[in-house]
Amino acid sequence: MEKELRLMKGNEAIAEAAIRSGADAYFGYPITPQSEVIEYLMAEKPHERTGMVVLQAESEVAAINMVYGAAGCGRMAMTSSSSPGVSLKQEGISYIAGAELPCLIVNVVRAGPGLGTIQPAQSDYFQSTKGGGHGDYRLIVLAPASVQEMYDFVELGFELAFKYRNPVMIQSDGIIGQMMEKVVIGPQKQRRTPEEIIKQCPWATVGKPTTRERNIITSLDLVAAKQEEFNLKLIKKYKEVKENEVRYELINTEDADYILVAYGSSARLSMKAMDLLRAKGIKVGILRLITLYPYPTKIIGELTKKVKGFLAVEMSAGQMVEDLQLAVQFKKPVAHFGRLGGVIPAPEEIVEALEQKIIGG
Amino acid sequence: MTEEIIIAGFGGQGVLSMGKILAYSGLMQGQEVSWMPSYGPEMRGGTSNVTTIISDERISSPILNKYDTAIILNQQSMDKFESMVKPGGNLLYDPNGIIRHPERKDINIYKVEATHIATEMGNVKVFNMVVLGAYLKIKPIVKMENVMKGLKKSIPVRNHKLLPLNEEAIKNGMKSLVKA
Repeated sequence: MEKELRLMKGNEAIAEAAIRSGADAYFGYPITPQSEVIEYLMAEKPHERTGMVVLQAESEVAAINMVYGAAGCGRMAMTSSSSPGVSLKQEGISYIAGAELPCLIVNVVRAGPGLGTIQPAQSDYFQSTKGGGHGDYRLIVLAPASVQEMYDFVELGFELAFKYRNPVMIQSDGIIGQMMEKVVIGPQKQRRTPEEIIKQCPWATVGKPTTRERNIITSLDLVAAKQEEFNLKLIKKYKEVKENEVRYELINTEDADYILVAYGSSARLSMKAMDLLRAKGIKVGILRLITLYPYPTKIIGELTKKVKGFLAVEMSAGQMVEDLQLAVQFKKPVAHFGRLGGVIPAPEEIVEALEQKIIGG
Repeated sequence: MTEEIIIAGFGGQGVLSMGKILAYSGLMQGQEVSWMPSYGPEMRGGTSNVTTIISDERISSPILNKYDTAIILNQQSMDKFESMVKPGGNLLYDPNGIIRHPERKDINIYKVEATHIATEMGNVKVFNMVVLGAYLKIKPIVKMENVMKGLKKSIPVRNHKLLPLNEEAIKNGMKSLVKA
């Protein structure tokens, strides 16, 4: 195994992982704080390394529709952007989900609404997990908390996308995108051959042989009963996703009286807060969400029986906390703490929030 | 061992690259490292800072508001970060351009005339390496051989001819550290 250690930015790790995972295409449009993804790809010239296509589209809308086209041909295609750009992509994402195609979308979140600011935030949770576009669909949403996970989740994301024929989103943020950490780089995976693609994706529109009917990629069905049948099929798929793909990390929860529930950079801030709280003798653990959808409802149910309360730490006005409250079902106190607008909370503020809102509350 | 450092100064002083070289040096000796720059509007001119953490354990928050060491290279950064050094921690600064010197009594304060030394060496770009040398004199958390490996990884191959000059700058920094 040719394993290699590098110091990389989260955004660069996404880009290198795309090449190494054998992706066929990246379509994007630059926006802070994720422009290093396309910058790195352009500098690396992956068409020379693996034949992977990298193209700066004329807009975010164009980029997601290029992904739609490539995915329809069974290709491993991805795009990345930051919040305002991801809003632009929502129509395309809904169509891709409606056409049941695999692809990877990376959102390095910045504060909003609107153009907001370029500083980190986690205020796109609703958009990622509840369907930013129209119609009853879900994305599988992965939330990396380190540069290593930025790297690892590209391959995992593609794997899940093809397994379920569903778009997968990596929801990162400006902190994880911009920071540098140690990354273990995996070996180069070969891109699939056209024959392998046909075998893996019998639905792909790659030319019609005489042996089968036409493959059609569409999200349109004008017959209501048939559309409902399709909706029920999607629901069945999401149920399978919920049963099989929940991912999370428990840190110091064995003896914990209180749980900080967090993901991405907030989980990192919470780890520091946990150390500060434990130094004061307060037994605190962390539930770090790795999948935002599916949400780890079951483990929260189990923790609810053991602990005295939960604090959702997220850099938003309170989005993920709604799913936490649904999982806890008002059996134990639940509160939210977050800073907004690109302001990053200090670990000491998390300590204070837990003390005031849950322990003293 | 966990060392949490803020390096702050003007854009163009090599603040970010100093942090990167330090992080790479830690990586070279098998430690956990993180490097988190300020990437906000300030990077488009004006002040620049980077939080660099080197640790034997998994690093929690890459962003902090209390530091073991603050390396301060302009007045704005002095105003902002002097109060954020942990009691018993270290503050290293270049007095060049500093109007209000640090006043805290519960931390160790060090000076290095890095601007002056770099100018004397005939290449102001090695300024940040002089400062790095002074820092490593205070806290030898990474070995010199690993610093050189980190430096080699951090700078483009076309500039590798400048490695000896950078090494000299680091050593000059080490020699010129003064406890205030």
